[in-house]
Amino acid sequence: MWLGTVPFFAYALVFLFLPAGQVMVGAFRDVEGGFTLDNMRTLFDEPYRTDFRQSIEVSLVTSLVGGLLGFLIAYSAIREGTPRFLRSALTTFSAVAANFGGIPLAFAFIATLGTIGVVTQFMADLGFNPYDHGFTIFSLTGVELAYIYFQMPLMIIVISPAIDGLRREWREAAASLGASSFQFWRHVGVPILMPSLLSAVILLFGNSFAAYATAYGLTAGFVNLVPIRIGFYLSGDVLDNPHLGQALAVGMFVVLAVMMLLYLPLQRRASRWAR
Amino acid sequence: MRRRIAPGAVVWLLVAAAYFLIPLVATSIYSLRSNETGTCCTLANYGEIIHDPAFWKSFRISFVLALETIVIGLVLLVPTVYWVNLKLPRLRPVIGFLALIPFVVPPIVYVVGLLDVFRDTPDWFYAKPYGFLVAAYVILAFPYIYFALDAGFRAIDVHTLTEASQSLGASWRTTLGRVILPNIRGAALAGALLTLAIVMGEYTIASLATFDTFPVYIQYVNENKGFPASALVLLSFGITWAAMVAIVLAGRGGAQARAGGAR
Repeated sequence: MWLGTVPFFAYALVFLFLPAGQVMVGAFRDVEGGFTLDNMRTLFDEPYRTDFRQSIEVSLVTSLVGGLLGFLIAYSAIREGTPRFLRSALTTFSAVAANFGGIPLAFAFIATLGTIGVVTQFMADLGFNPYDHGFTIFSLTGVELAYIYFQMPLMIIVISPAIDGLRREWREAAASLGASSFQFWRHVGVPILMPSLLSAVILLFGNSFAAYATAYGLTAGFVNLVPIRIGFYLSGDVLDNPHLGQALAVGMFVVLAVMMLLYLPLQRRASRWAR
Repeated sequence: MRRRIAPGAVVWLLVAAAYFLIPLVATSIYSLRSNETGTCCTLANYGEIIHDPAFWKSFRISFVLALETIVIGLVLLVPTVYWVNLKLPRLRPVIGFLALIPFVVPPIVYVVGLLDVFRDTPDWFYAKPYGFLVAAYVILAFPYIYFALDAGFRAIDVHTLTEASQSLGASWRTTLGRVILPNIRGAALAGALLTLAIVMGEYTIASLATFDTFPVYIQYVNENKGFPASALVLLSFGITWAAMVAIVLAGRGGAQARAGGAR
């Protein structure tokens, strides 16, 4: 009976667990092959400390801003009064935008807000060139702006079922007891949505933390983020210690695993009300 | 009584439209600019791409990779998900858990281990994209295909269909091929289209393992030629768009995005 699942598990073993295990083990090896914690300890030194700090910073900013915007947009599309076709259009567009990332997305933002980008030139014509005021798309701010392009629609997709779960009767019940709109959100809406909101934001955090291609396409690698550093080490022969790349990968894995551990229980709680 | 759309909703939906559309419009305008002078309007950028053999070559590689990934992914997962739903429901959470692993081992982490393990494997596997890269892409696509298939299988009554088919004397192969498959065609199609979108956009593993796939070519044009890259970006967006619209039309709309993918 178990035989039917052997091909799948064998495949996962060879192509998922073997490479992943190799990283985990290699991160704790020294150049001679013995056990060491030095590689992991190095992650707390510069430049890696800055890499991790900036990666976390970008992920926090884009998950919070993208999450808030995504929530407000999803709610606007779902709430009473908004024509149905707007919601289906938004759903389709979100599915496209959430899956549109990497090199093409980076280029689209260069075409928009690059030095000779369409919006940059438009603003310059109006007398306000953002590049005269310290802005550049080839920076952490630029990376954040581009990430929000896939963070916001991902939020719309994952939070919509939870918003659908807010029963209309609750709103009416609150209103008939004299609650204002603010009181409804303060005492009913937000508490019920809280697990969904938190788990969605955590998902977004991991999504941004793991992203590589978009940041690379935008900055050609000149931005200090952990994935960029790993890519730099993998593509060049600059490493005295090949285990450092593995240690960086394990560092990322640890952050993402913590996110997953926070995500799962919240997700279970959130599914109680989702439709 | 019909309620009118709330003013707040209008504002936020306009914000969404602006954020989604402005980069696309900007890319379209960019694509019409001359690569020499930067002025509008010319179709030269499109011409340059169409006449570049490297474009056709990289596009073909990515497309073949996508097809291969879809076939292997479905061959591997359809029988497994069927079998688990039919006989081993206890394994469902196990596979569901496995499908979460690509979240904690994203492409940039995964590629470190992949290169460690497979760099020294024989040329027929590693040197051509159709071996090594496909093997990795099946893992990347696995959560997408799995969750699509699982939803499809839960929507049909696997037990009754299987029993009915077997009581009429059908073999396992006939049951799977002629009874089960037609019933989960929509789910399999959704998984396949998502895989297509992911593979056509995957850059991290392909570039770090130095294969000339479509996204790697886009980045090359972006770095070396500038404006013509916008034509490729629009094409890339069009592929993602077509895949998602096809999923919606196939009646499999809803939550089709997961963390990860081609970012």
